Amino acid sequence: MRVTIVGCGAVGSLFAANLAQVDDVEVWAFDLDREHVAAINEHGLQLSGAGEVLAHLRATTDAAELPPSDFGIVATKCMHTAAAIEATASAFTAGAVCSVQNGVGNEEAIAERVERVIRGTTFPAGRVVEPGHVQWDVKGDTTIGPFEPSPAGMAEVERLAEACTRAGLPTQAVADARGPQWRKLIFNAATNPIGALTGLTHGRVCEDPGLRRLVSQLVDEGKAVAAAQGIELDADPEELIDHAARPEVAYDHKASMLQDVEARRPTEIDYLNGGIARFGREQGVPTPMNDAVTTLIKGLEASWAT
Amino acid sequence: MSERVWVIGGGVIGSLFAAHLSRVADVTLMSRRTEHAAAVSENGIRVSGRADFVGRPQATTDPAGLTEAGLAIVATKASDVEAAAAQLEGRLVDGAAVMTVQNGLGAEEVVRSHGPWPQLSAVTFMSGTKLGDDHVEYVLDTPTWLAPYQDSPLELAEQTATLIVESGLKAEAMPDLEAARWSKLIFNATVNSVAALTVLPHDHHFAEVEEPTDLGHLVRGLIEEGKLIAAAAGIELGEDPWEMNVLATQRGSRHYPSMLEDVEAHRRTEVDFITGALVREADRRGVDAPLLTTVYRLVKAREASYL
Repeated sequence: MRVTIVGCGAVGSLFAANLAQVDDVEVWAFDLDREHVAAINEHGLQLSGAGEVLAHLRATTDAAELPPSDFGIVATKCMHTAAAIEATASAFTAGAVCSVQNGVGNEEAIAERVERVIRGTTFPAGRVVEPGHVQWDVKGDTTIGPFEPSPAGMAEVERLAEACTRAGLPTQAVADARGPQWRKLIFNAATNPIGALTGLTHGRVCEDPGLRRLVSQLVDEGKAVAAAQGIELDADPEELIDHAARPEVAYDHKASMLQDVEARRPTEIDYLNGGIARFGREQGVPTPMNDAVTTLIKGLEASWAT
Repeated sequence: MSERVWVIGGGVIGSLFAAHLSRVADVTLMSRRTEHAAAVSENGIRVSGRADFVGRPQATTDPAGLTEAGLAIVATKASDVEAAAAQLEGRLVDGAAVMTVQNGLGAEEVVRSHGPWPQLSAVTFMSGTKLGDDHVEYVLDTPTWLAPYQDSPLELAEQTATLIVESGLKAEAMPDLEAARWSKLIFNATVNSVAALTVLPHDHHFAEVEEPTDLGHLVRGLIEEGKLIAAAAGIELGEDPWEMNVLATQRGSRHYPSMLEDVEAHRRTEVDFITGALVREADRRGVDAPLLTTVYRLVKAREASYL
């Protein structure tokens, strides 16, 4: 079985390196970072932290080099999904493509170029520390399922889940993968922009009663939009938010959007709060708070250009 | 009317008043910082932009000379009015007048609690940028409106407005400026908070409403909440704050609201006296103001991240 990782940043590298350890899986990685790709081809892809792995796989910046693959795993930042899948689609004419990205809207973008799409949500996380080397910060589960409008077959979904699980990334194949995706979406949308706008860590956001109420308002809107689509969340985002605020969990964690803002990188706001607002408009569910934080973050991004 | 005027607070507004008034009156600028007072004493205050001259007020950090003043203009930040009023107490003579010119609500009451002086309420629409302790750029030459506070006579507002106009600034006296004050409060609560959170100067983004995610939608939503609060408080607004917003962005000055400058410099902002004043008024009147409450909380939290 051949798997091509599209976007070999931190999360993409976790999938690439672990899958390459499995005997019957051949892994290719597509990424635009020349140094990272060269380092992977020369020295292998190294993971350290939650797991120690040195994997040998083929990496390229040239999508034309990619061989036909059984599976694609898209792990780019959301705003690069459309361009990445457009570049690589010809490798997946006979394959199925799975998103393991943040937010909502990625599967829709993939389905514009690929016939069989898999909806995915993943919790393992890390960061690229140098070309060819990724720090694996947290282990976690992945849930995948057919993307309803352009579904991959359930047998295919199970085959990918089984390979990932054997690779050391516990993955569950389910018929409806929207619950975990919206649970993670609502969690991220309720916490990320607040951290980004205030500069506060997750724990400090949660211990300010006014901000915590704002977090709940964002959660409630997300839940209403999920419910209008018939999505059943697999866990209550409120509990996850409070759990993460504990000192031994993620009190001091700076949301990835705050890290983006501090580095003046484009954020994933359009696929988080902007995604909730977009689906809300489709469903006729008002999302004033998600609209408000979306416009504020987009204003902040605009300030870097002025 | 040749009198001794003390301007308390040497920010943009205080500097503009002190520099201009020094051309028609005996003016002393009181600053909290000795180096600021020294710079003004030595070099005067250079005004550039809409005007071009060097004003020559005296400058000090010592309130002792307030006993000589006939008019005290309190031009500090809202959060410093209490300290300024405490300095007036026991120094400023009973017949002298006090004019407050803060953003937000409540400065008059703070001053009143320190003495029985005749008071003027003022709202200023002029703006500028401090380029140094002894240099202020005069950006928007819009007027300052003055009205008597409580039982002060209208003539006092008229005389003071005349003095300000003679000095080269724009001013108008009126019997009541609640309408103007509320228009400005809603405008400032919206524009300053959004600027502080987005780091955008007050530019075209604030008036854009084409795409669903354009910033103008939030700005308009905040202003609509402000109007509901004003209506509940029985206030008939002066200028429409949304039109003020659109007009200001069309002028192309890309003004940096003070709340944004404060956040950038990691200083305490005036958010409690501007956005917070509206949110408190909404609570008191039972008006739902979720967007104003949200930007208020976010700016407070932003402050908490660095204070």
